[in-house]
Order: sequence, then C-alpha cells, then structure tokens
Amino acid sequence: MAIDKIVAQMPKSLSKVEFSYCPGCHHGIVHRIIAEVIDELGIASKTIMVAPVGCSVFAYNFFDLDGTVAAHGRAPAVATGMKRSLPDRIIFTYQGDGDLASIGTAEIVHAANRGENITTIFINNAVYGMTGGQMAPTTLLGQKTTTSPYGRDAKANGYPIRMSEMLSTLDGSTYIERTMVTTPQNVIKTKAAIKKAFQVQLKGLGFSMIEVLSTCPTNWGMTPIESMKWLEDNMTKTFPLGVFVDRTKGLM
Amino acid sequence: MKMLMKGTEAIAEAAVRAGCRLYFGYPITPQSELTEYMAKRMPEVKGTFLQSESEVATVNMLYGAACTGRKVMTSTSSPGFSLMQEGISYMAGAELPAVFINVMRGGPGLGDIQPSQSDYFQSTKGGGHGDYRMIVLAPHTLQEAASMMNEAFELAFKYRMLVTVLVDGMIGQMMEPVELPEWTKPEEFEEPYWALTGANGRKPRKVTSFDLDPYELEKMNLRYQETYKKVAQNEVKYEEFKIEDAEITVVAYGTTARIVKTVVDYARKSGIKVGLFRPITLWPFPYDRLSEISKNVKNILTVEMSYGQMLEDVKLAVLGKSNVHFYGRSAGVVPTPVEILDAIKKIVR
Repeated sequence: MAIDKIVAQMPKSLSKVEFSYCPGCHHGIVHRIIAEVIDELGIASKTIMVAPVGCSVFAYNFFDLDGTVAAHGRAPAVATGMKRSLPDRIIFTYQGDGDLASIGTAEIVHAANRGENITTIFINNAVYGMTGGQMAPTTLLGQKTTTSPYGRDAKANGYPIRMSEMLSTLDGSTYIERTMVTTPQNVIKTKAAIKKAFQVQLKGLGFSMIEVLSTCPTNWGMTPIESMKWLEDNMTKTFPLGVFVDRTKGLM
Repeated sequence: MKMLMKGTEAIAEAAVRAGCRLYFGYPITPQSELTEYMAKRMPEVKGTFLQSESEVATVNMLYGAACTGRKVMTSTSSPGFSLMQEGISYMAGAELPAVFINVMRGGPGLGDIQPSQSDYFQSTKGGGHGDYRMIVLAPHTLQEAASMMNEAFELAFKYRMLVTVLVDGMIGQMMEPVELPEWTKPEEFEEPYWALTGANGRKPRKVTSFDLDPYELEKMNLRYQETYKKVAQNEVKYEEFKIEDAEITVVAYGTTARIVKTVVDYARKSGIKVGLFRPITLWPFPYDRLSEISKNVKNILTVEMSYGQMLEDVKLAVLGKSNVHFYGRSAGVVPTPVEILDAIKKIVR
C-alpha cells in the first residue's frame, strides 16, 4: 500500500541517539517539540545548541545539530559568545532550574538584560534531577527533597524563585512564556510558544525564553501519572502559566 | 615608526593587528585601559567588543566565541583571572584556542593594584581542575609584548590550546616607544575543521570537555597530554644574557628580568660577573637548557616578584647541580636594582 500522507515521524533535527531520561520525564517531549520547530522553520543548518549541566547534559548528542555543553549555569554566556561571533546563526540554550535559577542567575539575567538575540528553553521541575533530587531554588514551600527532608521552610531556605516573572521586568526581554506539557493541548501550546521564541530570534528582536514546567517522577517519588497531577495541582499555583512579556506586537 | 604607548594599549593594538576581532572583558585595575582601548577600537575594525557582567561570564563568552573558530581574547588582572579558572578548565578540556592577558597585581585576595608575579603557579600549574596545561608567554618589555601577540594566536590555533600572556602591572601601566607589528592578512585565517558554525550540508560537530565513560575520557586526556608533549618539545623559548663567563646566573622573567638586565651591567662594572637566564615561555618551562647551564655555574639566583613560585621549576631544572638561591619581593613591591645587587653580593662574597 502506498503511503499517501505522513502524519507523524521522527523529527530530522533529533539524532538517532537514545534518550537517557527516566520514564515519565518531560525532557523527551520538549526535545521533540524543539526539533519539530527547528525542522518546520528550516533552520537546522544554521542552528547551534548549548546544552547545560544536569539530566539534559547529553542534549548536545540528542539533537542532530552543531552543539556544545556549557559549564553549570553558564549557557547564556556561551550562547552570547557564539551569537556575537556569528550573528546570523540561531543559538539556543537548554537549561534546568538548578542551572538557570541558581548557579546561573547572573548569566541569564544579564543575557536577558542585554536583549541578547538568543532563545532559552528553561525546564523547571522544582528539583536538581541528575544529582539525585536535591532542593532547587524553584522547590515549592513544604516540598520534601533530599536536602529539604522536612520540607522546604521559607525561614531557612527562602521562597521558590519565579524566573519568568523576574526576567520579564527587564527591558531586554522580548518574549517570555511559561507552559507545561501534561496534555496534548498543552503540548500544542508549548510548541506554539517555542516556535514563537525561535521566530523572535530569527527576526532579530532580542531575548526569548520559554519556561516549561516539567515532571521528575524519579526524584519526586511518584508514578508518571501521579507526577503530572502533582504538577498541575501544585506547581501551577506557584508558577502560573502565561505570557509574561511580549514585545513583538506589530513586529511579527 | 615607533609610537609612545601604554603597555595595555600596545598589547590591545597588537592583538587587533594579529586579527583578533572578538574581545570580551570586565574592568579591573591595572588593566582597564586594555578593555577601554578595545571598546573604542573594535567598532573601528568591524570587530566585537562586549563588557560582560563578571569574569565568570567573560570566560564563558570566550568559550562560546572560540567554539566558532575565530580569534578571541580577553584581558584581566589577578582576582579576575581567579574567577576565570572554571572556564579555563572547560576550554582546555574542549581544546578551544583563545588568548588571555593577565596583568598581575599583588595578592592574595583583594591584595593591591601594584605589579606582582604571584600568579605563576596559577598560570603554569593549572588554577582550574583537571590535568590541563596552558601555554604561558612572559614578555619583559612593552615591545616584546606587542611583538608576541600574533605568535600567541598562532600557538593557540596550532595546538588548540589556551595561551596566556602573563605580564604585571609594570608592563601594563608604563609607557615607552613601541614599534607596532604588521597587520596579518585576514584571508590567511581559515575556519578550523572543528568549529561550530551550523551544520550546513555537513555532519554536525560537537565541542565538549565531557564524556561519562572513563575510558573515553581517558582517551581525550591522553590526546591532550600528547599535545602538551609536542608543545614542550617544540615551543620552549628563553633568552640568555651574558651567561658565558658568569660566576652567578640570575633566573628571572618579565619585569624582574628587565630590572636584572640593569643589575648585570652594574655588577660587571664592579667586577662581579653576573648573567641572566630569562624564560620567555613559563610553560613549557626551559628545564633542559637551564639544566645544562647549571652544570657550569656555581650559583643560580632566582629573582621574582613572589615568594618563590618559579623557584620550584628552577630547582627541578637544576636538580642539585649548582646552588639555588632566591630573592623575592611580592605584594606589589618592585625590587630595585640595588636590592637585587645586594642579594647577589651576599652570595658571591
């Protein structure tokens, strides 16, 4: 039987390397979305990715693109160096919450503030994944982790940091949105957001970031289904979904 | 034509003439004039100047720009160089070429802003983590520093290594007439085979310092070691100044070596035959040549603006073949010719 129409296939921008992610983790979904967007925009030949330190440290191998791994938190600075050297290339960073919201706060704040024409995909799962589920700056109040075994206490550990809200106060930020990928509808919305973020860069409009709330069933100690429900019921209260800044009106 | 220039400015202009079009930096005394020079100069030559938010960011911007296969550089002074060590280790592991200028000042800690040579260990032994080396060049005059910049970039690309031009606040801040080097032709620079430029029509490239498989990481490390061995075999540089008949040979580099040259002439007028052995590459250190020299001279005096850092390499080269003495001033104090001459007299009398 001849194939009339292909409705789904492996994105060309993903390599054949198997993902190293746990069952139920959302990294894989977001990787696929990014690859689909790169394919649809036809920009694979001029895209360079900057992978972080964390569970997604291998991302440079999962994408069939030129790529590197930055030191923990420094991806926005590395991407800045690349973009300043090759302004017509598309540069994106892929960072977790320990990476972007803790050790790399200075680098992300100043990249955004410079209006650096790069795109950041920010995976927020409220824990350090690769090192074994320690407390992150995004860990919810009361949430138990291996370094907050009695639950996060605001007096001792401060409060969950809202990076999208914070970065949206900067004049250099062009487009910042927070999404999640717990349902097909949310996957579609996230894909639209990520596509818009890359289009912002293609048009040279400045800094764009999409924060994707994600699960970490392994370190949360939940099944994949339970962790999706926990994300929707709890994380979205501290980290509401939405567009926090959009300076593209009339420009796209 | 010679021009009266400040050291930092001569180094900056020489780097531009060597083809550097990407500079990232953060202000710190006593090298801020280099950053300022680049801020003005880079737009004139269609280059990129970017003032970063910290030296931590600077070195990572350098990492990113170096990934694209172009000539990149930064400049800093001791505390800033400390902050860059993380990125230096990553760049060394990723085999990225780049040039660093460290205009050393007194330490440790915040220290002061006067000339010092107390970052010798940090530069030559590796201030960052892991088994890596960087090439360290130590000019002793402004002219030598300016003339060295093209070579610094050539070495960086030839070996895919980091090159530090290690000077001190004296060379950074003083002014003297400098003959600027010729411009390199930009067409001589070709995109390296490893550069990340977007995988347009070719297989994607990866540049990392990373492999979780220890046997694979060992292979990478053995490759680095192979490179370092080649550099040690081929790139050692030094200057010998009146050592043929010397009864005492002083080993010194950078500003200190320049002062010792004056001392050599003073001493000879008063009948003491002093020579100078001046390492130009601090890594690779000229162990073999210094070892030979030490066979024929009774006393060797190491003079440094530190409390004895290069001294350890001098001892490794000499290995007991002659007496090794030390005179050091640090913390921003520059020794006078008289003080060094006194140190020599104490040994030879």
